[in-house]
Amino acid sequence: MAQYTFRRFLTALATVFGAMVLLFIMIQFMPGNPATILLGPRASPEIIASFEEKMGLNQPIYVQFGKFMFNVFQGDLGRDVLTHRPVRELVLNALPYTIVLAFTGMGVAALIGIPLGAFAAAYRDSLLDKITGVLSVSFITMPSFVKAIVLLLVFAVILRWFPATGGGEPGNILDQLYHLILPMTAIAIGWIGYIARLTRAVVLDELTEDYVRTARAKGVSERMTLYKHALRSAMVPVVSFIGVGFGTLLGGTVLTEVVFNRPGLGTLIYNAVKARNFPVAEGGLIIAVFLYAFVNMVADLSHGFIDPRMRTE
Amino acid sequence: MNILNRLVKSYQTGMLRRILSSFSGTLGLVLIALIILIAIFAPQLAPHNPTDIDVTNRLAGPTAKHPFGTDHLGRDLLSRLIFGSRIALLVSLPAIGLGVIVGIMLGTIAGYSGGTLDNILLFMFDTVRAFPPLLLAITIITLTGGANMLVLIIVLGITRFPGYGRLVRAQSAQVSKREFVMASEAAGSTTTRTLFKHIFPNSIGPVFINAAMDIPVIITFAAALSFLGLGVPPPIPGWGRILRSGYSYIRTSPWMVTFSAIFLVMATLGFTFLGEALRDALDPKLKKSPQLQ
Repeated sequence: MAQYTFRRFLTALATVFGAMVLLFIMIQFMPGNPATILLGPRASPEIIASFEEKMGLNQPIYVQFGKFMFNVFQGDLGRDVLTHRPVRELVLNALPYTIVLAFTGMGVAALIGIPLGAFAAAYRDSLLDKITGVLSVSFITMPSFVKAIVLLLVFAVILRWFPATGGGEPGNILDQLYHLILPMTAIAIGWIGYIARLTRAVVLDELTEDYVRTARAKGVSERMTLYKHALRSAMVPVVSFIGVGFGTLLGGTVLTEVVFNRPGLGTLIYNAVKARNFPVAEGGLIIAVFLYAFVNMVADLSHGFIDPRMRTE
Repeated sequence: MNILNRLVKSYQTGMLRRILSSFSGTLGLVLIALIILIAIFAPQLAPHNPTDIDVTNRLAGPTAKHPFGTDHLGRDLLSRLIFGSRIALLVSLPAIGLGVIVGIMLGTIAGYSGGTLDNILLFMFDTVRAFPPLLLAITIITLTGGANMLVLIIVLGITRFPGYGRLVRAQSAQVSKREFVMASEAAGSTTTRTLFKHIFPNSIGPVFINAAMDIPVIITFAAALSFLGLGVPPPIPGWGRILRSGYSYIRTSPWMVTFSAIFLVMATLGFTFLGEALRDALDPKLKKSPQLQ
């Protein structure tokens, strides 16, 4: 396991390094001069020259790349072009919102999806099973921002039960929770579908196993067989699926954040890109890549921990 | 419908029957047929020109003249949504095609060659996959200075090819070890011949199933970009853009988001049902695994 962990860590590190190179290349290939893009088309040549001097844009490309990597691994992500605040500070302020949204969304989805899937498996081909099946696919398929907009329309605009936008007053936990409910639901709905479907499939598979037959033969009640035996072993793939899902989720929160105008990493990057505030966009993207790689690594490691066969690939 | 069914069945040897045997498969097929017909006959079906502006009649509710109402510039919403189906298909299908072609090429090379080249290609796949796809797309589109159809197709293709590439690589690495490949090599075939005659046809099956399942994902993705203002430029009526303007006027004219959401969901749901039915018909073994978007 230690060897597997080490190898997986190296892979993650290599991937992140590769992603940084790719990011640097993309920025280099940006059409137009970064100085004129940032300063506007009417900037005088002197201002452009001093800006290039300050940002090190007049240095050879390998020096720029070295500086870029050095700064990234030092945790220095540059400064916001508009407010001159350090990008790291902006990202660190936004990050908790995204993480809370992802965790609560996934948590609620697991709490509802797993029992739902187990029920559907236990009452296979019943009306409940069929309804769960159709609803799951519909919820999975419906684009996340459409779900968010529908929730916004129904519960914030028409019924006025929940606030439409924002992340809540900083420091006021109750208000923040209140603002969290709709975006969290928008995220959770689709994952309830995924998790319910997967749980159903795995539990059905487990129910054909010998140990289940043994339990039944011993006279263990059907309910105990389901919950104590089948569901428990079914948890292994479900949990690793949830782990892998987190990576996907981090990218998917962008749209939910934008629809609810909620602060977070996604909104930060999106707004920065829109305002052509490249240092912020770049910094946010770097953190997103790190987070993504980290989450995927943890998911793989936990998978390898549960299922040793995973370690040899 | 019945005659059509029989006709197609006669040369599709049960494929269609298997899809139609499930309710969701039938529903998917009907929805997709509907969308494709709408896209093809858009000029005939649309009651108005989708770009005709009528400012005196902006944000009007559904009427006999405008069944779905009008948008913030007084354009007929129904006509815009009808023409939007063209954009959805014309962006997502070529994007999937591009991803599949690049993925198959690189994946086959990686799987067959093994060794350093394999490692380099794998590293490339993983590097691209290290970015959350939506954020990668947003960044590329912004850096290239805004989207048009071509940029969108390429960007969406880029977010997809590493997944297909990895899949094909795993397949072709397996196939490369099979006896008929050895036989071909021993018989003195050129590498190109071995690749195209043996490895290639035997390792691309799963990718096509995957690609079919990916169509709704890509349609969603394209709509999401267009919702964020990074899709096809105005006045082209993309569904995501229509949703975006509906979102801006959600308090005063909620039918805009409602109708555009219905179109989008119809397309994604239809392709999902059809994709799953297709997968079950082609490879029943895969039936259990749900897909991550």
